[in-house]
This record gives sequence, C-alpha cells and structure tokens, in this order.
Amino acid sequence: MKSYLPARFKVERDETRCIMCLSCVSQCSYDTHYLDEDEDKVKSRDERCVNCHRCVVFCPTRALSIRKNPLEYRENYNWRPEYIEDVIRQAESGGMLLTGMGNDKSYRIYWDHLVLNASQVTNPSIDPLREPMELRTYIGAKPDRLEVDAKTLAVKTKIAPQVAIELPVMFSAMSYGAISLTACETLARAATEMGTLYNTGEGGLHRTLYKYGKNTIVQVASGRFGVHSQYLDAGAMVEIKIGQGAKPGIGGHLPGEKVSAEVSMTRMIPQGTDALSPAPQHDIYSIEDLSQLIFALKEATNYTKPVGVKIAAVHNAAAIASGMVRAGADYIVLDGIRGATGAAPKIIRDNVGIPIEVALAAVDTRLRQEGIRQRASVVVAGGIRNSGDVTKAIALGADAVYIGTAALIAMGCTVCQHCHTGKCPWGIATTDPRLQKRINPEIAAERLANLLRGWGHEIKDMLGGMGINAVESLRGNRLHLRAVGLTEAEMDVLGVKQAGA
Amino acid sequence: MTMWQRLNNPYDEDKVIDSCSIFGMMDTSGRRITGVDITKAIANMHDRGNGLGGGFGVYGIYPDHKDDYAFHLMYLVPEAKEKVEAFLESNFFLVHSEPIPTRKAQGIGTAPVLWRYFVRVDHHRDSTFASEDDYVVDRVMRVNKDIDGAFVFSSGKDMGVFKGVGYPEDVSDFFRLDEYRGYLWTAHGRFPTNTPGWWGGAHPFSILDWTVVHNGEISSYGINRRYLEMFGYHCTMQTDTEVVAYAVDLLVRRHGHPIEVVADILAPTLWSEIERQPPGLQDYHRSLRQVYGSLLLNGPFTIIIAHQGEMIGLTDRIRLRPLTAATKGDMLYLSSEEASIRLISPELDRAWIPMGGEPILGRLKANTGARVLPEATSVSRA
Repeated sequence: MKSYLPARFKVERDETRCIMCLSCVSQCSYDTHYLDEDEDKVKSRDERCVNCHRCVVFCPTRALSIRKNPLEYRENYNWRPEYIEDVIRQAESGGMLLTGMGNDKSYRIYWDHLVLNASQVTNPSIDPLREPMELRTYIGAKPDRLEVDAKTLAVKTKIAPQVAIELPVMFSAMSYGAISLTACETLARAATEMGTLYNTGEGGLHRTLYKYGKNTIVQVASGRFGVHSQYLDAGAMVEIKIGQGAKPGIGGHLPGEKVSAEVSMTRMIPQGTDALSPAPQHDIYSIEDLSQLIFALKEATNYTKPVGVKIAAVHNAAAIASGMVRAGADYIVLDGIRGATGAAPKIIRDNVGIPIEVALAAVDTRLRQEGIRQRASVVVAGGIRNSGDVTKAIALGADAVYIGTAALIAMGCTVCQHCHTGKCPWGIATTDPRLQKRINPEIAAERLANLLRGWGHEIKDMLGGMGINAVESLRGNRLHLRAVGLTEAEMDVLGVKQAGA
Repeated sequence: MTMWQRLNNPYDEDKVIDSCSIFGMMDTSGRRITGVDITKAIANMHDRGNGLGGGFGVYGIYPDHKDDYAFHLMYLVPEAKEKVEAFLESNFFLVHSEPIPTRKAQGIGTAPVLWRYFVRVDHHRDSTFASEDDYVVDRVMRVNKDIDGAFVFSSGKDMGVFKGVGYPEDVSDFFRLDEYRGYLWTAHGRFPTNTPGWWGGAHPFSILDWTVVHNGEISSYGINRRYLEMFGYHCTMQTDTEVVAYAVDLLVRRHGHPIEVVADILAPTLWSEIERQPPGLQDYHRSLRQVYGSLLLNGPFTIIIAHQGEMIGLTDRIRLRPLTAATKGDMLYLSSEEASIRLISPELDRAWIPMGGEPILGRLKANTGARVLPEATSVSRA
C-alpha cells in the first residue's frame, strides 16, 4: 500500500562541509542516510528521520541540521497535522498506534504555576557552602510513636525496614528489554555512586547487575518476569507494580524480536516469544488481594526490606493510596499522566490519568486526614524535569521522586518518542547488541551522576534560601509554595495560597 | 477564622512572625525568689522588643493551692465572665476565685478583666479521659474555642503565667510580680512584625504547667503544624510558639519522652555527626529522626521550655539565635544576652554559649538529685 504520510522532518546537509566520511550513514539506525554511489554523494531519505540528533552530534564537520518539514496543511484547529496523520497511519496499518516516552500534550504543568519561598530579614537564609545541609531521606513505614528507654537511650520500638537515599531522587522503573543492558548498568552505577536507588522495572535482573543490589529496587509486575527468590533477595526494596502513568489500566508488550538470548534468560521466557504483561495482576482483583501479595513478598524476604506499591495516578488516587497504606505498603508510588514508557498505545498515553501534582497533593492530604501519612513513604513520578520540580514535589508532600526521562536524556536521549521501535540510535531503548554498545556505562554513569550532583547542589541552595537545613522540614510544608495563575479549585486541591496572599 | 485567629493574625498570614528577648532563671535548690531580679534582667534587653508584648512564667507561686489547677483568665468582654464561671462550676470543683491583683503601671493601656480560679477535677472526669491532665486540656480548649471573649492563659498547678501588651518590665509592674515568690522564672519581651499585638498573643504560651518562651521564626512551621494536626492539635493562634508547646505536650505527655529526648527531636543531631557515634547511639538518633522528622524545628530559634521542676534552653542546630547560659551556686540562668545575667548576678561561677542544638537543662535537686546539665560542655567564658 502506498503510504500517504509525508515526512515529518527534513535533513539539511551542507554540501560545502560534508567530507563524505559516512559517519551519519553508520550512526542512523533508521537508514535515513545513504551513499549514492552513482552521484558519489551522501543523501537522506527524509521520511525515515525521527529527529533524534544522533547524526548531527556525530558529524565531524557539523554539516547536518534537521528541520520540521515545512509542508503545511490547510489550517484547522480541530484537524491539526498530528490528528490527520494519526488517521492516515491507522488507515494504513489497521492497528493501535504505538508511541514512546511521556504524554506530549498541553495539559497544565502545575510545577510551572507554583513558586517557592525565600527568607528575608526576619529569618536568615542558610548558605549550603558554609553550613550543613541535609538531603538524606529514609524510605519505609514509620511508627506513630517511638519508645525509648530514658536511661540507656535504647530504642524499644521495632521500626520497619528503612532504606536511606542521599538525595530524594531515584531512577524510575525501566526494564531490561525496554532499555539496553548497558543503559541498565549505567543507572545502577550512577545510583551506587550517588547513594540512591534505581529500579529494574519488570524485566528481571541480569546476572551481571546483582552486584549493584544494595542500590536496586526489584519490581514485581503482572507478568512476573524474572521474579524468583534470588531476585527478591538481591534488591534493597521490592516494588509491586499495579500501573504506570503512561498507560494506566493496560498491560505491557515486549515484542519477540526484542527477546534476545540474554533477555530470555533474565525474564525466564523462551527466546523470540512476546513478553505479555497482563493488564491487572491476576492475583490482585481487590485491595485484600494486594495485602496478601505485599505480605507474601515480606514473608519471602523475611521482613528485611520495604515493600512498596506503584500505581498510575487516576481519579480516585487518594482513596486507593489510603487502601494501599492500610494494606501494608511501606512506600507508595504515584506515576502521573506525563510519566514515560518504552512503548504504549498513543491514545492511552495521551488521554488517561491525572497530573502528578494534583494526585500527590490529594494523596498527601488524605493520608494526613486519616492520620496514616507516616505509615508509608510517598514517591512520585511522571515528568519531573529539574531540581525545581523536585523541590516543589517535596513541599507538596513527597518523600522522594523518581526520574526516568531526565536520566535517559543525561545518557543521550533527545525525547524523539520512538522507543517502541527498538532502534534507539543512542543505544538506550534497544536490545540490539550493536546499538547498545553505543553506551559505555562508565562514561554514561558519570554524566548521570553529574546530573544528580547538580540537582543536589540546587536543592540545597533552595532549601537554604527558605531557611531550612534538612529536607524533612520541607516535606509537606506547603506554606513555602504559592500559586501563580491557578483557579480557586486548583489551589484548593493543591493546598496552596495565591502568590501575594 | 476563630475570634483568636482574627485577633492574633488579623491579616491571615501563614503565621505570626515575631522576635524578642528571652530570659530564664531557676534556683535548683528550690529556694523561692521574687520577680524583682528577672524584671531587671529582661528590662536590660528593652531594645529587643517593641512594646507589643511582655510576659512571665513562674513556678512555685501558689504553695497554699499546690494541688489545684490554677486557671488564669482574661475577659475581653464582660459577659464572658459569667459564662466561664458557669462552665467552671459545672465542670470542676471550684476551690477559690479572685481577681488577679494589678496596679497602675506606666505604658500599660486598657487591660482585659483578669481573674484567677483554683479548681479540682474530682469526680467530673469521666472514663473517656485517661488522666486529669487530659480532661483539663480538653476543658481549657473548650473555653478558648467556644466562649467568645474568654481566654485561659495559664492552667497548671502551683505555677502561673502573667502577660500582656507592653514592655515586659511594665507588665511585671502591672501584675505586681515583685510580690510573688517562685523557684523558676521565665520572661519574654516581644517584637511582632505582622500583628498589632494583643494580651493573649504575648509569651509565655502555656498548656497545663508547660510554658514556652521563644525567640525566632520557625521555617518548618508548615509541616510541624500539619504533623501535629494528625494527632488532633489545632494551631488556632498560628504562632511558632504554639507549635513548640503542642510538640512538647505530644512528646512528653502522650509519647512519654523525657525532656532530653524531646531536645534531640526538636534540634536533632546532624547525620554527619550521627555517623561518628557508637552503634547504640546511632540507632537512637537515627530512629528519632526517622520517626519524628516532621517535628524538627528548622530555622532560627531559641526557646526556654519550663514545667514543674525543670527548665530547658535550646537553640536551633546551627544556633541562628542567641543563648547564653550561666551558673552561680544553685542558680541556672538562660538569656538572650549575657549582660542581663551579669546585671543581676555579676560574679558568676560559669557563663558559656551552648553549642547549636545542645540542650541546657536545669532540674530541681529535690526531684531527682540532678542539677544543671550538661556539667561541662561548650566554651566556658567565666
């Protein structure tokens, strides 16, 4: 069938600069560039370009540039090019449209409507270069009160398992299979260096990564891929995945082509078969079932590590979160509508779920109203872009945040949204042995650790400005937030006042 | 907004911001002294206040009513008195009542009607209250919440709070504090920045026999308050000091912690220091921070907390507000400024500036045999 789809991008090659080194030809995994031997020229097939910048960055003479295809449709606010082309694509394929990364729609980003406080006169700001500034956070359930022997200071209350992170930023669940082994190792190394945690996702734990166990969260998802006792024992925490912000309510699908020998061994499924994660966990049809799985995992790990539960942020998140805490979750994860993915149906990614900021505020408020906020840590994910977002999330009530996309960008990702093709030219969202070598975990981990180091400094500066020297004094401290340009209803849900009020 | 919120925080700010001078003195042998010295000492720090609030807490003043709860009431409208008295009659055994003696004093404007009541709980407490203290807290909160224009500003046994709008030395003169004798005195001169000041907004802030005087601005107020709300405390006055008082009440009375442990919760040890401690102590400090992290008082503060037999001085962890401690014989002094101590006791055994977050504790010898703690720390400047 002839495709009616026009090219999205145009590759521009400066002929005066091109030295015919063919770097672009070998870098592009979508076969955009080719050598036309008849004309002895390097040329491009524009319709294949996804605008990932790989060729641009690796062109030694900077001869390449990529632009939006200037081809215009008749202007129509309802029938914008994206929707016209989605229809064309479906008419040609007859399937669901797949995509990668997070929701790219213009739903309000509340972080951009919240501003932070700083001290002036009545309260001195604190300079983190000269004074101690503490970001350490413990993930795990806390008792309502502590019993201490007044004479010996011995702690008599048995506290549930706690895991320390040195800054309140962890790496989101990204499975081996969705991302490359080298990308997994990069996350593991950076987490280890920075004293935080990365998350295996539902892809199991490759045997070469067991040594990073102290900095690993092992996930138990609906497909139960690669879940066995050694796997559970290896991690610092165990996380039950109910849902994910990019695709609330549906399962996962790792196509057979991506199930290589190594993926097959790690996931414990035959090579070349599709790895299908069911939409629900089929042993959890209700809250009491969740409680049973939580305690089955606690039994299996002998009550030595926190067991958390991750959900996509949906309409009733507050009530669901309360149930999860009462069911025994040591920490809960909320993944908002902007949460990313290796592959999801576009229609789900773009239309299902709620923004993480409002979900977080509603959940923190509800848990406090019920007097159970201390019984679980709250972790949020879904579109966190910088340390400002992190700081605002903590002020709204989060103990820590997960970052996924930001971590991948540190490794080279340019958010081209083609993760689902498995051809990531940056060696991230691929299991192609040739492509995944493009990530050198040692060097990539340095980039990623640098990112966290920078964020850590920035968070400390913002805390110091507010006259705070320990992150726990900001957690849930919404008086340090003000709203700009929000409605009364939005401010009410977020629990913040209008700026100037 | 309740009436008290309107009075205390008329612009509905996040909270009331104020700064001040604070002073505490205690005779650990239990000898009772008049209010003359502490008035001189706090007057010496006149410039740290702005005349919008002064107050005193004193322990051991009512030996004849040692076992009765002493309620100090201020009536902002005359009708409130009748309602309160009817309420007290039906909820307590009323032992004695009288006006709080005052005299005309310079700088003190129109005062509310001031009255004190000595009451016993007796059979009035039903089984829903675990202790008489719980019952008293509930009834005091009810008066303050439900009876318009009446405010209980002191409710402990054998102790009293005296406070008002004015400089502290004038408030002392007004309440005739030279005629009272107590073994432990605290004082406060206030400099509010966002409230006109009213009689109930002066320090000490008090519940049962706990009093708190405070200098500082707590930047963790938002979360301290939300944490306390989970335990049923409602911060109607919207002041930092109120948060401190409720935190102490929760930790001491309901969670059973001694005051030293409370200090380690309000101004906890830095993680970097915890890592250098022996394992048992590490476990203690780490657990406190894990469980009570939301009660960490962040930002600049010095507080003097007192209750029957104990006085404790504490600054924030990096000591952003001043505190000088001194001893002379059985006396322990705590002050914003050393000069005020030396004014009333020129020859001190020791005077020193405690480390940030290090509690200075004075305890009645007769109670425990203990006295000023720590015996020897910090920089001695005697």
